[in-house]
Amino acid sequence: MGKRVGIIGVGQTHHAAKRLDASGVELIAEAVTRALDDAQLTIDDIDAIVVGNMDHFENINYVDTWAVDGLGAYMKPVFKVTTGGTTGTTVAASGYYQAASGLFDVVMAVGWEKNSESDTQAAIATCANPILERDSFAGAIGPLATEYSMYMKAYGATEEDAAIAAARARNNALNNPYAHSRQAVTVEDVMKSPMLSYPIKFLDMCPRSDGSCAVIFASEEKAKQLCPQPAWVHASVVRHDYTHFGDLEWTYMPTLERATERAYKLAGITDPIKEFDMAELYLPASTCAVKWMDSMWFCDRGGAPELVRKGTFHMDGEMPINPSGGVISTNPIGATGLLRVGEAAWQIMGKSGDRQVENVKKALCTGFGGCSWTDVMILGAEMP
Amino acid sequence: MDIYEDKRKRTHTEEGYELLTHSSGEGDYDFGWHCGPYWSRFLAEMRDNKRFLATKCPECGLVFIPPRQVCGKCFAEMNEWVEVGPEGELMGFTVVRFPYIDPNNGQMKQVPYTAIWITLDGCDSRYLHFCNEPDEANLEVGQRLRPVWAEKRTGTIHDVDYFEIIKE
Repeated sequence: MGKRVGIIGVGQTHHAAKRLDASGVELIAEAVTRALDDAQLTIDDIDAIVVGNMDHFENINYVDTWAVDGLGAYMKPVFKVTTGGTTGTTVAASGYYQAASGLFDVVMAVGWEKNSESDTQAAIATCANPILERDSFAGAIGPLATEYSMYMKAYGATEEDAAIAAARARNNALNNPYAHSRQAVTVEDVMKSPMLSYPIKFLDMCPRSDGSCAVIFASEEKAKQLCPQPAWVHASVVRHDYTHFGDLEWTYMPTLERATERAYKLAGITDPIKEFDMAELYLPASTCAVKWMDSMWFCDRGGAPELVRKGTFHMDGEMPINPSGGVISTNPIGATGLLRVGEAAWQIMGKSGDRQVENVKKALCTGFGGCSWTDVMILGAEMP
Repeated sequence: MDIYEDKRKRTHTEEGYELLTHSSGEGDYDFGWHCGPYWSRFLAEMRDNKRFLATKCPECGLVFIPPRQVCGKCFAEMNEWVEVGPEGELMGFTVVRFPYIDPNNGQMKQVPYTAIWITLDGCDSRYLHFCNEPDEANLEVGQRLRPVWAEKRTGTIHDVDYFEIIKE
């Protein structure tokens, strides 16, 4: 089973379309110093570091070497982990595994990206097989748009359902001083925004951001000693799929279904909407905030539109999703998954400022990579 | 938390130096990817015989296009070849309107273009390709499509120019 592990500190940068004021290593240093400050630790207290981004976005490889100073990794054990969109949550899972192993007491997980340094869609397209699939593969948006066309046909979901989720997330970001995109938005604004790739419109879709996040994990004795309210890891599950895009099951997401099923079992969750006080989910487009609800055991297949329409996931709803504003407000890809974990941890610690949900005891976090692997992490205020 | 400085709008350092961006310049960076026996046969059959070949798993019986050596679900080697299509059913589509750089050639993608997921008759996995219909109002999941073969075929997926909607 491993030792029990708690998150004892989180730091993040102010995220933006372009952080001209900081090179990659300086952006990392900003998140790392803030996390150490949050945990009231020095860099000497960190036993191991895991760092992740998608190397080809910046085309300077081996961040584990060139960012050693900003990471605080000098003469420490460092691993680089890079798993596409799930990089941020995989970095979190790695931090957890290393602390749970008993080999390292305090492990810092760092995710970062400077998406402004290149053409993001072109870089993402390199995940597709160049001989057989890359030419028709329309970046991150293509598959997400295509799967929603199927979902609308199968269950009567609408573009407006997605717009409700988009407006919800963007308005939540107004409470998050770190968010990249902060704009008050109505459902009508979303519906009128330019079409990117039918049916996904401009305001439905995530931005590309420069940003970094650092989350500090500690094994149980250290966590209790160092932090008054750690965010304890109750479950960490990873499931992968894909070989060719056409192999995937597109009407629901098997990896998300199986990963959440396993995570809920590990964490003793039987009624997720009731038992989670909030969730920070990796939803790269608002269409995902409709369709993917089906794959997390929130409802039967096709049941998501009803939950979305009646406000289940709004800040004043039964289970707020993405009080931070989520991925469609902030998306530095190597950090995006880690921000889900960091934001949920702060919710449990009571450090979420204007975006605080009341009395958070249990939180659900997911990571997504296209397409379509899933990371799930469940955090709790009590030790598991 | 609100004590941290927000430097997002900075264009100069505190001493007044401009914050610079260094360009990589443009370069050609080429690769030659090996197709292996399965994809080489797949591409050759499209080029020479205008037909789609797929592989079938000996354990689960699923038929996969593009054909490949291993069935992912079963971790079993596939050696049974099956002809599929040429027609099929539209499973999903999107009309891409935002331009971005094509990593294959460094040029901007021509938009709008319609990317499709098509289930060729007799096949289980879906094939990714293009449709010549650029208006989402005329596309519907479930439509039947047929391939339009290129005059000049060279052993790439573009040996099919696009799929077109079969109008009854």
